Amino acid sequence: MDERDMAGRVEALESILVEKGYVQPAALDAIIATYEHDVGPRNGARVVARSWTDPAYRERLLSDATAAIAELGYGGRQGEHMVALENAADEHHVVVCTLCSCYPWPVLGLPPTWYKSAAYRARVVLDPRGVLADFGVTLPAATRISVHDSTAEVRYLVVPMRPVDTVHLDEDALAALVTRDAMIGCAVL
Amino acid sequence: MNGAADLGGMMGFGPVVPEPEGEYFHADWERRALALTLAIGAAGRWSIDESRHARESLHPADYLTSSYYAIWVKALERLLVTAGLVDADELNRGHAVAPGVAVRAWSVDDVAGVLAAGSPYDRPAAAPARFAVGDTVRTRVLHPAGHTRLPRYARGKAGEVVRVHGVHVLPDAISRGAGEQPEWLYTVRFDGRELWGASAEAGLGVTIEAWESYLES
Repeated sequence: MDERDMAGRVEALESILVEKGYVQPAALDAIIATYEHDVGPRNGARVVARSWTDPAYRERLLSDATAAIAELGYGGRQGEHMVALENAADEHHVVVCTLCSCYPWPVLGLPPTWYKSAAYRARVVLDPRGVLADFGVTLPAATRISVHDSTAEVRYLVVPMRPVDTVHLDEDALAALVTRDAMIGCAVL
Repeated sequence: MNGAADLGGMMGFGPVVPEPEGEYFHADWERRALALTLAIGAAGRWSIDESRHARESLHPADYLTSSYYAIWVKALERLLVTAGLVDADELNRGHAVAPGVAVRAWSVDDVAGVLAAGSPYDRPAAAPARFAVGDTVRTRVLHPAGHTRLPRYARGKAGEVVRVHGVHVLPDAISRGAGEQPEWLYTVRFDGRELWGASAEAGLGVTIEAWESYLES
């Protein structure tokens, strides 16, 4: 089925659901605006930057990520049960959902296409170094890789290692360095 | 079920293609597909696990050749017909033939609150947890025809409990309309060699979340 067919099919589906009173177009627009403009990886970047700069916050994030993330005002759908995973020189975390597309929406927004792709879901649990190479990332041989397959409603946020030579940066400047892919574990900073 | 969605460990899909941050949609219909899927959830006729089961129940050839939002649309059509909210004839015609049944629909004012509230899946514990952090466990060999969240690559494998999450709704039960049947949920870590044999990457560990009935000691 090509792109044009899907466009027509979804348009028809929306017409049916609106005509039957099941959905309201303004609500649909609001959902799209929320995830296209408001909820995205800049939220997670703030969490990471706070964790880098505030040791007490870091402790709370690692012991109860849902509550610590809520302190910054983030939570809700697909982030009800959060766990933060901190990368270190000896262990690197990567997150996947091999069965579907589970992803921490309140801190990262909607998942990128590659995260939902068969290529990523199939291979990252078997050959994470090969997948990281697709992102241009090569980790030292001594770094253990832990891949986290999100098979329940638990959602993972990776806290990347803080880049070197950033002691002079404040929280906002640090947050600007944090990328979405690093918070999934497919990039290093 | 052993459907096409259970992808872990399959080969031959080629490289992963990164994309820039902020690129959420590649066509406008994808935006509408996302919003329709979320908004019709307000009707409360199916759980998230029934949605997942509808998607994994697509013919494997259809699943593997559909884009992700196309999978969502095809599953949503099935769910709507199965729930009696839409008639198959209406899907063919592309417009409503009969008035809808009475269901709750989100207004624009509901959206922010509902998305921010989420829907937690933890429930009160009725019994103590069978396993504790550090315990060695083995996943059962299960091949249910219905929905399960135990991936094929992790069945019959020995691992270690690394987190205890409390008691969570059991997808295998709620997806078949058998109620929530909440169970203790654990994160179990497997050594890469346990999953993939001697050729596994050195130092590889893989974790899954496993409900108590997926595990034995």
